[in-house]
Amino acid sequence: MVEPDRKDPPIMAIDRDGLDALIQCLAHDGYQVIGPRVENSAVVLGPVAGVADLPKGWTDEQAGGHYRLVADGRGEDGALFGFTLAAQGWKRYLHPPRTRLWQAHREGRSWRVEAEDAAPRYAFLGVRACELSAIHVLDRVFDNGQFTDPGYAKRRGGTFIVAVNCGRAAATCFCASMATGPKAEAGFDLALTELSDSASARFVVEVGSRAGAAVLTGIPHGPATAADIAAAERAVANATAQMQRAAGGREMVDDAAGVLSRNVEHPQWDKVAARCLGCGNCTAVCPTCFCTSMEDTTDLSGDVAERWRRWDSCFTLDFSYIHGGSVRRATASRYRQWITHKLSYWHEQFGTSGCVGCGRCITWCPVGIDITEEARTLAESEGRT
Amino acid sequence: MVAVRKPKLAVWKFSSCDGCQLSLLDCEDELLAVADAVEIAYFLEATRAQVKGPYDVSLVEGSVTTPEDIRRIRKIRKQSKVLITIGACATAGGIQALRNFNRVYDFITAVYAEPDYIETLATSTPIQDHVPVDFELRGCPINKYQLLEVVNALLNGRRPVVPAHSQCVECKAHGTVCVMVSQGTPCLGPVTQAGCGNLCPSVNRACYGCFGPKEMPNTASLAGWFGDHGLGPPHVRDFFRSFNAGAEPFRRESEAHE
Repeated sequence: MVEPDRKDPPIMAIDRDGLDALIQCLAHDGYQVIGPRVENSAVVLGPVAGVADLPKGWTDEQAGGHYRLVADGRGEDGALFGFTLAAQGWKRYLHPPRTRLWQAHREGRSWRVEAEDAAPRYAFLGVRACELSAIHVLDRVFDNGQFTDPGYAKRRGGTFIVAVNCGRAAATCFCASMATGPKAEAGFDLALTELSDSASARFVVEVGSRAGAAVLTGIPHGPATAADIAAAERAVANATAQMQRAAGGREMVDDAAGVLSRNVEHPQWDKVAARCLGCGNCTAVCPTCFCTSMEDTTDLSGDVAERWRRWDSCFTLDFSYIHGGSVRRATASRYRQWITHKLSYWHEQFGTSGCVGCGRCITWCPVGIDITEEARTLAESEGRT
Repeated sequence: MVAVRKPKLAVWKFSSCDGCQLSLLDCEDELLAVADAVEIAYFLEATRAQVKGPYDVSLVEGSVTTPEDIRRIRKIRKQSKVLITIGACATAGGIQALRNFNRVYDFITAVYAEPDYIETLATSTPIQDHVPVDFELRGCPINKYQLLEVVNALLNGRRPVVPAHSQCVECKAHGTVCVMVSQGTPCLGPVTQAGCGNLCPSVNRACYGCFGPKEMPNTASLAGWFGDHGLGPPHVRDFFRSFNAGAEPFRRESEAHE
């Protein structure tokens, strides 16, 4: 768990062997280390046992409804974190797609209920700044002082986070305009910046917690040079520059919350609904979409009952089903519900935007519906009237 | 459980390949428990023993393709408290509903030496076109876990957990990478109901739509994507014209690309 130090610790550097040692060290400490790896045609998150499992030499090309893995062409010198974001984020570990909440066994005329309380202890390797922000958004949903989800709190509480700052932005990234990246500012145990232009393949390391400092003492490291630190700053500045709209990058419009709340009725909703498949991909890949449904199951005898919680989506008809039918029958109303919650009334509910600018909903929407463009279309229509 | 009369289960076959009935026999680990929980009163695929109706639950496989089928399904409906259709044939007319887009007489003359001996309808239609259906289980074939879930829910008096959302939801829950987005492969997943267990996408193949249309499918938008990715109208038409060709949203979309 992250507890910030009182004073800024010195900035360190490790090489690839050091990173390998970090993974071993975390595994040795009892963490299940989850990090990026290439599977099929994308970078995905999964268990990693060492640097050899990381997506060395792979980068990605992303656009609306488009993702391709692309070799960075540098062979053995290829970057380990040259890609931007894995296909899905850390949500599937902190808030899994399916979770059994409890199991009940019939005993005579009553029931014995057993709650699920096992939680793996994860170390996350390669959390991007936007994803770190997303985890903090989920924290406010599941562990906000008023309500605590015990399963989430348990999984989250034991998590060790190694953030990795971005040296490049994908065409779908817009974290700079959401003020969530591309540099991880807080909430990590260790934060790495890969110096991919350096022949010696080094990482600048910032320590974010006592746990991070303790782990670092166990692996080969040294102080970062002034040149290393300058190179790390240049890398992050490069990613920021790539997201500037004036330079062909992507930005969320100013005051998206206001724009959405003022345009509940708008012809654009029907236009986007004509494209929207209502498939739910955007909500599944969104690192902050948290909605679920409960499923009750029994065995054939009726002597064992289970309650499961699974991801649901405001794009399904069943999601808004109440007595008498579904409240949001039209796809237009479902898309409006999603984007308005995400960008606007999430602020009222949780004191923050529900969007962190990762751009996954743009990339993984099969038909490439673009949250930034939809918000911009509404904003620009206001300017015209 | 309180000792009560076991519910009588009947399994009926219409025009079909028997694959969905086999899914019940394929339950292996759970089959003895099922046989223990219900009285299998009529199931020719499994036993010659026949118990007369009425039946508590009838599972109906296959589509209606002959005048005799119409008479038989009406009789079955009268004898059944609950009637559940299983599989693409029973719920959408099956692959044999391809005849609906052509003249059935042409097929008969092409296949049979004495076409006049064949008495058949011009169309292959789902059971629900002829009698009221209480629940339909999709798939070509059905998923055995969904079948068990429905039987189980009936026995325990609860709602079956059989969501009507898209295959994409199943892909994302499984951690399957989207083949449309990452490879540009045409896939019916976004308009197809989940439930198969993510069979094709999890081995890096596109969805064939075996489970038929999801709730409120936007087939036109998906067909637009197919067109943008180089598929000509005949290919787009054929995508929607397979096991669930007769399902209304797929039929309409395929006819838009004739």
